[in-house]
Amino acid sequence: MRNTTLKSALVLALLAGGATSALAAGAEDDFKAAYAAADAANKEAGKLRNQWTTTAATLAAAKKAADTGDFDKATASAKEAEALAKASIFQATSEKTRWRDLEIR
Amino acid sequence: MKLRSAIHLASAALALAVLTFASAPPLAAADTIDPVADAKAFRKFFTDKFPKVKLEDFVNGPYSMNEDLHRQWQEKEQFPPYEFSLEMGKEMFSKPFKNGKSYEDCFPNKGIAIRQNYPYFDEKEGKVVTLELALNRCREANGEPPFSYVRDEMAALTAYMAFTSRGKPMDIKIPNDPRALAAYESGKEYFYTRRGQLNFSCATCHVQSPGERIRAEILAPALGILNAMPIYRSEWSGMGTTSRRFTTCNSQIRGVPLTPQDDEYRNVEYYLSYVSNGLPISGPGARP
Repeated sequence: MRNTTLKSALVLALLAGGATSALAAGAEDDFKAAYAAADAANKEAGKLRNQWTTTAATLAAAKKAADTGDFDKATASAKEAEALAKASIFQATSEKTRWRDLEIR
Repeated sequence: MKLRSAIHLASAALALAVLTFASAPPLAAADTIDPVADAKAFRKFFTDKFPKVKLEDFVNGPYSMNEDLHRQWQEKEQFPPYEFSLEMGKEMFSKPFKNGKSYEDCFPNKGIAIRQNYPYFDEKEGKVVTLELALNRCREANGEPPFSYVRDEMAALTAYMAFTSRGKPMDIKIPNDPRALAAYESGKEYFYTRRGQLNFSCATCHVQSPGERIRAEILAPALGILNAMPIYRSEWSGMGTTSRRFTTCNSQIRGVPLTPQDDEYRNVEYYLSYVSNGLPISGPGARP
């Protein structure tokens, strides 16, 4: 009886361990996808000559969190960086014509 | 029936064509590049905004905007903080390169009293050439390594060259070359374009808000703003070149600065210098 209980506990522990590592792998994949999207958007802003320092800082924070294994935090930072990069792209694109509103004539 | 359909179709096409032409923007004045008119309007904007400031005083930046600051500046000029840099620049300028030549050999009039002609449009290269760029090109042509565009050596050399040109009116030419006009226009676009997370353009501070405070500083007017370069800034505890000014402005508004002497910076220097034509060179300057 005691032997059976031990075996069950071992099986449960192994299952739980597997689930945890699967979750961790999923979180890491989420981070990688979010980071790649943010990095691509920031590169696009670079082509428009309009990167923001805050995008670079937030991307760096995402990487730092990922290096410590905190993938939830890393993913959140990567998503924030993507939003910043997209805002800088919008700014550069809209300013192509809007700059004339400020011009002294 | 066929005829009726054809008439309907033709009417619809005509209506669409009318709508299309009506909604297309007319060729406005903004679409033509007219630097002379720009400079006139630019000067008028500032002289109307600050009727008590003498035209030649705009080159003194924030000191022209505020009486107390003006007095402080006059006292500061008794022992100007840029003096060490000026001495260093004079010595560097006259010291021969390893090949025996010197800066004198690279510039018209041996480099003396020529600051007011920079930047200029080089028709061979098809681009704007600034004084900082010309100095580094001179060094490289004579086998010397280029200086950093944002450090003390470049500030010292340009300080000396500006000092020998003090009082001379800025005299930037735009040759009859479509590339020169395009460079000028691109510089103007850079000047008015909002960038960085703070969504500021150069004009946000130096057209919309000169004389106002941003934190503890009083903002300088854009008119004549480059005539005082390079500057000693108390905030930096040191000298700053035009390149340093541009890159710092970008990072202050949370934009990633471009590389010094990239085309955008060269063009904006061309635009800003041109619209300040006629105002005296006052560099090197000192700023809070």
